[in-house]
Amino acid sequence: MSYKLGKHLPPVNGESAPYWEGCKQGELRLQQCPSCSHIQFYPRLLCTKCSGRGLSWIAASGAGRVKSFTIVRRAVSEAYEPDVPYVIALIELAEGPTMMSNIVSCDPETVEMNMSVRVTFDPWTEEISMPLFEPA
Amino acid sequence: MTDSLRGRVAIVGAADTEVGKVPHMTPMQLCADAILRALADAGLTKDDVDGLVTCNSMAEPYMYHAEATAEYLQIFPRFCIGVGAGGGTTFSILHHAASAIVSGMCNTVVVAMADSLRTGMTRERAMVTQSSSGHTQFESPYGPTVPALYALIARAHMDTYGTRPEHFASVAVTCRKHAALNETAQMREPITVEDVLNSRLIADPLRLLDCSLVSDGGAAIVLTSAERAADFPHPPVYMLGFGEGYGHEHISQAHSLTESAAGIAGARACEMAGVTPREMDFAQLYDCFTPVVLLELEDLGFCAKGEGGGFAASGAIELGGALPINTHGGLLSHCHPGNPGSMFALTESVSQLRGKAGARQVSGAELGLLHAQGGILSSHTTLILGSEATL
Ligand SMILES: [Zn+2]
Repeated sequence: MSYKLGKHLPPVNGESAPYWEGCKQGELRLQQCPSCSHIQFYPRLLCTKCSGRGLSWIAASGAGRVKSFTIVRRAVSEAYEPDVPYVIALIELAEGPTMMSNIVSCDPETVEMNMSVRVTFDPWTEEISMPLFEPA
Repeated sequence: MTDSLRGRVAIVGAADTEVGKVPHMTPMQLCADAILRALADAGLTKDDVDGLVTCNSMAEPYMYHAEATAEYLQIFPRFCIGVGAGGGTTFSILHHAASAIVSGMCNTVVVAMADSLRTGMTRERAMVTQSSSGHTQFESPYGPTVPALYALIARAHMDTYGTRPEHFASVAVTCRKHAALNETAQMREPITVEDVLNSRLIADPLRLLDCSLVSDGGAAIVLTSAERAADFPHPPVYMLGFGEGYGHEHISQAHSLTESAAGIAGARACEMAGVTPREMDFAQLYDCFTPVVLLELEDLGFCAKGEGGGFAASGAIELGGALPINTHGGLLSHCHPGNPGSMFALTESVSQLRGKAGARQVSGAELGLLHAQGGILSSHTTLILGSEATL
């Protein structure tokens, strides 16, 4: 899933900058609430559990399991065509939150529900490293 | 308070434009054409309209679409609003329109929606525009198509309940069967379960024939108060219940992949209408992809959770079955011009409740449930309509 001109680059903003900075450094970061310890993804102003503010960042283990997946046979746009067939998956992280990603470094046909995966980072540009997952 | 709108507003005019490939008309022309046709059906002129609701066109967007439509028609409403809630747009605005009538803000509201996704946009632009429903930072970079986002739901349903691809396929076959009886439908050639299972994979487990159409077209309805409704050319169709439910916007944030907020929306609508799902003579269920219909059948209470596949494959959802669905052919076979998609479920329901649906008439149809959803199984709206006998 390497970067090709025309792919959708994430528009980083002030709220998500620490997340993308972490990716650049090879670290998957999640927000944690200092009041109730709730861990959440994606980054937000408030803790979705207790509405508290002042969330801090933690480094996730990078481990997760496949909650659901699909193999895309028709790319969303020309820039993604070289990747076909590629896997879109929902990954439940060991820390609790779910995120979307691609599963790479394996034959898409071998991906299974509940499969254990771990994060890997794919540098797309100087600023953006994409968190992807591979079989654990 | 939940019954405050029950039976107080009626649909007195309804019409579709030509649908499918309509390259000779712009989206705004389709919208205006739908409005003129619906007004003619109601025996009204454009000067009678004092409320206007539209949704934006993807092929020809306006900053303020409803206002632009009013200007195009040269009408000067007291209530004018453009709405955007994806596939749920059509029904989510109806109770606001009904409230505007009941509160005395206006007398005659036209709801009109049209777009030209088929001939007004390139295939690439249509795909990218529609897939922009993914989260721009945390989903879209991974390259999910809209079918891929729904495939995540399909896979989870298979894994949790043992649902099989042939169950999904039975929904497509049913919709095509109904479309074959509808001369305005875009796709009328009958198909079999094998045809669906042999069509090419788009995003596993979804195949080409599990996916809805890409179309041009529009439709409009005319609403007025129940007191005035008797004075129109056709028997009024009454709005008996509305309900909405919201679970998430982006599928990676869904609390469940197999249970949707359709359940909440449906329960709220049934409570207002004072009816149960089992009383319905027909249902029009949002069918952007076949698995969605199975979830809706379950979550709306037409069958037990997890049994949507068996229920659909049993023939229960066909004309003549216990609960005929998508009697016009649905988004899968009638037409799907994007956000306006559910308008056709609405105009079809009006035809059914007037007893004017021709070869696809549900005999003795008095009560129908309509459900739409937007996003990726995200926002849900249920509408219950009835004939005068149900008041
Ligand atoms: Zn908290």
